Amino acid sequence: MEILVCIKRVPTVGGKITVTPDGQEIDIRASGFSISPHEECAVEEAVQITERAGGSVSVLTLGPEAAIEQLRGALALGAHRAVLLETDGREFGPIATAAAIAAEVRARPYDLVLLGNEAADTGDYQVGVRLAHELGWPVATGIKNLSVSSEGVVARREYRGVEEAYSLPLPAVVTVKEGINLPRYPSLPGRLRAKRAAVDRSVPHWAAEGLRKEALRVPESSKHQAEVLGNGVDAVPGLVRVLEEMGVLS
Amino acid sequence: MTVLTLVELDGAEPADASLRAVTLARSLGDVNAVLFADAAPRDTLARYGVTDVFLIERSALEGYAPQAWARVLAGLAAETGATAVLAAGTDRGNEVLAHLGAITGLPMAANCTLVTPDGGKTHRLVRHRWAGLLLEDAVMEAPVALFTVATDSVASVSAATPAAIQVHVHKPELAEADLVVRAVESPAGAGGASLATARVVVGGGRGVGGPEGFAALEELAELLGGVVGVSRVVTSEGWRPHKQQVGQTGTKITPELYLACGISGAIQHIAGCAGAKHIIAINTDPGAPILAHADYAVVGDLHQIIPALVEALRAR
Repeated sequence: MEILVCIKRVPTVGGKITVTPDGQEIDIRASGFSISPHEECAVEEAVQITERAGGSVSVLTLGPEAAIEQLRGALALGAHRAVLLETDGREFGPIATAAAIAAEVRARPYDLVLLGNEAADTGDYQVGVRLAHELGWPVATGIKNLSVSSEGVVARREYRGVEEAYSLPLPAVVTVKEGINLPRYPSLPGRLRAKRAAVDRSVPHWAAEGLRKEALRVPESSKHQAEVLGNGVDAVPGLVRVLEEMGVLS
Repeated sequence: MTVLTLVELDGAEPADASLRAVTLARSLGDVNAVLFADAAPRDTLARYGVTDVFLIERSALEGYAPQAWARVLAGLAAETGATAVLAAGTDRGNEVLAHLGAITGLPMAANCTLVTPDGGKTHRLVRHRWAGLLLEDAVMEAPVALFTVATDSVASVSAATPAAIQVHVHKPELAEADLVVRAVESPAGAGGASLATARVVVGGGRGVGGPEGFAALEELAELLGGVVGVSRVVTSEGWRPHKQQVGQTGTKITPELYLACGISGAIQHIAGCAGAKHIIAINTDPGAPILAHADYAVVGDLHQIIPALVEALRAR
């Protein structure tokens, strides 16, 4: 089973997000970088599949040269090969991103492409679907359980209290969500191997898209510091009154 | 101007997230709803100002098939001359609109909170990034604007005057390729199913201390007619299943009340609960970030406060 996993370098946001003065980027002076939990799970899922069924895992990112850090992170977890589609700092939209990934997929005999359900930063919810259409492959999204055989995959998710099962012939694209597995921690030998591994590089084609970012901003919160009703169990009568006022007690 | 809106059902009635999308759609033109169902919730849709309903019955298309749904929307958009096609920013809404974007080659903006026509083929919009922790002001240039509406930001408001609604049974022509990926549905296990639509959510975080600590939260949730939701650390530790997670990588909730117990309030968690009408925090730390997002707080140990609250509610 030849699997490609797509990941994206994003700032690690902790207590607060702030935007640069020109409103074009988030302020990353104090932050590290990571990939989203959905993508950590995509890497783990791919590694588990090849541990069971053989084959290899390639990991791809479209981003700046610094994103090699995230590729090495995935190699340390058991991916075998890394591909950097190196950008020049411009933000790629979902259409150009899907086209760039499709070019890599066409160049090698992949059976399965895994992505996170949505990128943590842009939240476009569409790269996996657009990639599948570019390739003419079937796609399932938001998947939290995946079983793979030589004929195809069965991908499951839950929606409004109903379990949905999708049977997809291979090759296929599947986007996954956190919860599909518990990602492992990198091993020391894994980290050493990742450090030495070569990274294949190419330059993807950027194109303008019909959706254009003008500025980012932090939403104004309707909430301000909470009114403290009291300390410990002494606050319970006041708490009950508030619940009554809110109309949540029947 | 016609605006096509995919409406999902929750039982026999429109899903709350879809009514929010219809509310936004109404500001753009005459709302034509598209429903994959055997019957339309006619009165509710009329009250929300929907003028036309296209009903795709189960005899024409059985089961959820995202690409087929998108193909139907593409056909109806062309037929009605729609200037925009929208859906709720649910798993299905985002998925179907992504397929529609791919089928038509048009851009799609996910999780919008505001859309304004700006002449010709231009729409100005505001959309979520970082699951709503940031807003993006953007411009969309496209012959048909495709977007989904954030499920936790736009309020659903009925129309000033109900519409005279017409229901059309639509029989789409579908290719075999559009039906390759189709859901086989079966009832899922209990728990987490109603998190997205619950009226009360009792949240538990690291402060709960372990899996056994959730019994008291479950009891409180039941008393309040609600469900339990948890923070990411709780699912990462395996204390509760992932489907109960509230947050950026879990479920976005929109209850009347979110009672956050022992949750510090990382921003990824706030992204999931910011749509709650009221937030009350119970936390030992009066400096916890969650207090900056809450209406009320009780400072103290949830292991003492929750049993006392349960007792007080039972005594009423």
